This record gives sequence, C-alpha cells and structure tokens, in this order.
Amino acid sequence: MIDRRGFLRLAAGAGPASLAAACGWDGGNAIRPALLDVSRLNDWVGEKILFSAHRLAPQYPVSERTAHLPSYFISPMTPVLKDPATWRLLVTGLVRRPMSLSLDDLQALPRTTYTVKHHCVEGWSAIASWHGVPVSTIVERCDPLPEARFIRFVSFDSDYSNGWDLASAIHPQTILAYGMNDNPLPAAHGAPLRLYSPTKLGYKLTKYLVSMTFTAQRPGGYWEDQGYPWFGGV
Amino acid sequence: MTAPPAPPAAPASSVPVQVKRHHWIVRLTHWATFVLLAGMVASGLQIYTAYARFGERGGPYYINPFQDREFPRSVRLGGWLAGGLNWHFTLMWPFIAAGLFYLSYLVTSGEWRSLLFRPRDIRGAIEMQKYYLRLRKEHPAQGKHNPLQKLAYTFIIFLGALSVLTGFAIYKPTQLSWLTALFGGFQAARYWHFWAVWFFTAFLVVHVLLVFVVDPASLRAMITGWYRGRFPSHD
Repeated sequence: MIDRRGFLRLAAGAGPASLAAACGWDGGNAIRPALLDVSRLNDWVGEKILFSAHRLAPQYPVSERTAHLPSYFISPMTPVLKDPATWRLLVTGLVRRPMSLSLDDLQALPRTTYTVKHHCVEGWSAIASWHGVPVSTIVERCDPLPEARFIRFVSFDSDYSNGWDLASAIHPQTILAYGMNDNPLPAAHGAPLRLYSPTKLGYKLTKYLVSMTFTAQRPGGYWEDQGYPWFGGV
Repeated sequence: MTAPPAPPAAPASSVPVQVKRHHWIVRLTHWATFVLLAGMVASGLQIYTAYARFGERGGPYYINPFQDREFPRSVRLGGWLAGGLNWHFTLMWPFIAAGLFYLSYLVTSGEWRSLLFRPRDIRGAIEMQKYYLRLRKEHPAQGKHNPLQKLAYTFIIFLGALSVLTGFAIYKPTQLSWLTALFGGFQAARYWHFWAVWFFTAFLVVHVLLVFVVDPASLRAMITGWYRGRFPSHD
C-alpha cells in the first residue's frame, strides 16, 4: 500500500519526468491525428474566411528588395534540365483544351510584374520582384470542366509537388514566374518556371514546374503530406 | 458604482472569515489559460527554432539575446516545425476561447470594476509599493484587489490580447496586412509576439512568488473559490 505522503512524493517526481518525456512531442498516434484535423479546420478558416479573391498583397518599391533570398529544393543538388529546349509545361486533367506550352509560348502571353514580400513557414521573410504569366490566363485558355476544383503542380525536383484550390490559383497575383529581380529565373529559384504568389507560404510555391493538372479531389503535396498546413495561406 | 473600500485585514488573532472569492468561470479560465499558455509557449519555442532571429533576410536584425539559440528540447513541444505549428494552431483556439469567456464574465458580472486599473488607482499603487518597500508599516486598505494587483491583472489581460493580435498578424500577414502594418510589419510583429513570452514568464514568476510570500490562502481560493486568509474584504 502506498500512503498519501508517498503518493505525493511519487507524483512530484513523476510529474516533471513525464512532462519532460512529453516535450519535443508531436502528439504521437493518439493526438497527432486530432491536431491534423484541427489543421484542416484552420485550412477552411484560411480559405473560406480570411482569403479574398480580390484582396491584393502589398507591393514594395524595387529599392526595398532584400539582399538575400534563400533557395530551397529537396534534391541533393540544384535541379537543372538536361535539355532546356525540349522543356514544356503540360496543362492537363479536367480541362476541355489540354496544352503543352514552351517557355516562348508563356513569354508571349501578357506579363505580370510585382515586388512583394516572401513569407517562409520557418519565420523568415524577404522582398523580391517576380514576373511571369498569371495562372488565371492559363485557366481561361485551357477551359476547365465544372468539376475541376483543384490544381496539382508537379516539379522535376525529385517528387516535389503541391496541391492548390482553384480560387487561390486564379488570384490575380498568382503567376507562373519565369523571371526574378528583372532577370531570367535562376536555377536555384526554380528555372525555367515556378509558381509564385504573395498570398501563400514559400513551400506552396512549386519550383521547376513540369505540369499543372486540374482535379476534382484535393491533391496532396510534398510537405503537406508530412503534416504542414495544406492551405498554407498568409 | 463601487462599494467603499473594506476595512483593513482582520487582526491575526481572530478566526479568519471564509468568503466566496472566485466565480467558477474565473477559476476554470485561470487554470485553463495556464495550461494552454504553457502549450502555446512550448510549441512557440519549437517554431522559433526554425528561424531564430528577427528582421528581413540580409539584415539588419533586431536586438535579441536569443538570436540563433536553440531552446532545450525539454521546453519545446512538437518535435519539429510542422509538429510545433500544429500544436500552436490547435491550442490557439481554446486559448482565445478561454480569454473571451473570462472577459465576457468580467464585463457582464461587473467584476471588471474591482480588477481594471484606472487613473484613480495611481495614488493607491504608490502607497502599496511603499508598503512592499517597507517605507510604510501598515498594509493600505484595499478592496478585493490592491491597486498593484489591479495593475498586474490589467497588464496581463492586455498582454494576452497583444499576443493574440501579434499572432494573427504573423499568421496571415497578407490577408490581415493592416494588422501586420499596425505592429510595424511582419518581422516586428514576430518580435513582439516573442517578447510577449518573456513578459508572461516574468509575470508568472512574480505572481507565484507573491501568492506564496504574501497570501498563500489565495491559492486555495483559486481552486475551491473559497478564501480564508488575511485579506477577506470583498467589494
């Protein structure tokens, strides 16, 4: 039998010990699924309540560009095309007019340029200029079917991909960028083509694009499947 | 309308009177906030680990004694960035709910009158400070809370609101760009959000210290609601 005093002594020792063991803890199999459920709820709040199809992210003067903007990719080395001339962006899935676009095709379309703040999920931010074709222009041309509600953006950086809701994709500041800071897009930042938008965290902005596929089901993504928020809006 | 201040504490020899001190909503939200805030801070320190500085990339960086430091694993919650984020963005809802529940109780019950620090409390706060510094012998007369307590509890409500607002400013810096701008931009809002942690920590240390040094009976009152100690007055 354990008396009251002994129990208290045990509790005093076990309390901090179990607390310490719990730290660095993602919730385990018991709590982690619940945290992910709330993350889906937060996605809904971000998409349906806080996101606006018309509200634009603040723009900055070119003079405010930051000296440094880190570049992330998941391959061991900077992904580069073996034969850039044969590169095409495939627009496919639930569309009436699938397309295969070269860089020249994309550059012939009306161009959007802006200088905006980049927000990384890690907490850093940086200002840079980007130019390219609005995703909405591509969406108009490929004529999606009514059941198309998402777009899956796929890269040639290993198996990196992202899923987007259609409303975020056709936001006026969501572009397929082929240029950064007045120059062609550098290899470190996703050449020849990357997705860019100041309304999303950096990990949603697929670099090294090869295709965009319109889907009815919500596509996963490289980081999203590992537990990062799916919507990733800022 | 407020009642006149109650007489000073009863002499130590008499049997202390038992008074009802805290409504169940106050007790519930007090302890819930303590646990939730601990979780918010621990998951916040996990998130901080991913980028342990403040300022746009390339600098300059804000003054920060914790720059590029990693907090010990034992005070972090989440294990990695996504884990920390998911804890943080889950606990924020009950944390906000507890705060709003408490505030709505304060307003509807009229309890805010004995808690909110107002300009007329300044003189009393000075007298109270004199007492703590032993420049004054007898404990000044007080209502439910003395003026310094009012100042501390008003401050902590303000700090809670600040931590929530700076939190939203860095959660949605584009959609809520007006809020982010109000705090001086994304990195400045992150900075204030981080400093709120240390103000909460400082408050916790002083708060717990004063409970045990000045009025241990108040701990029981915050658990059971009933108070039997040196300062039974109730306005």
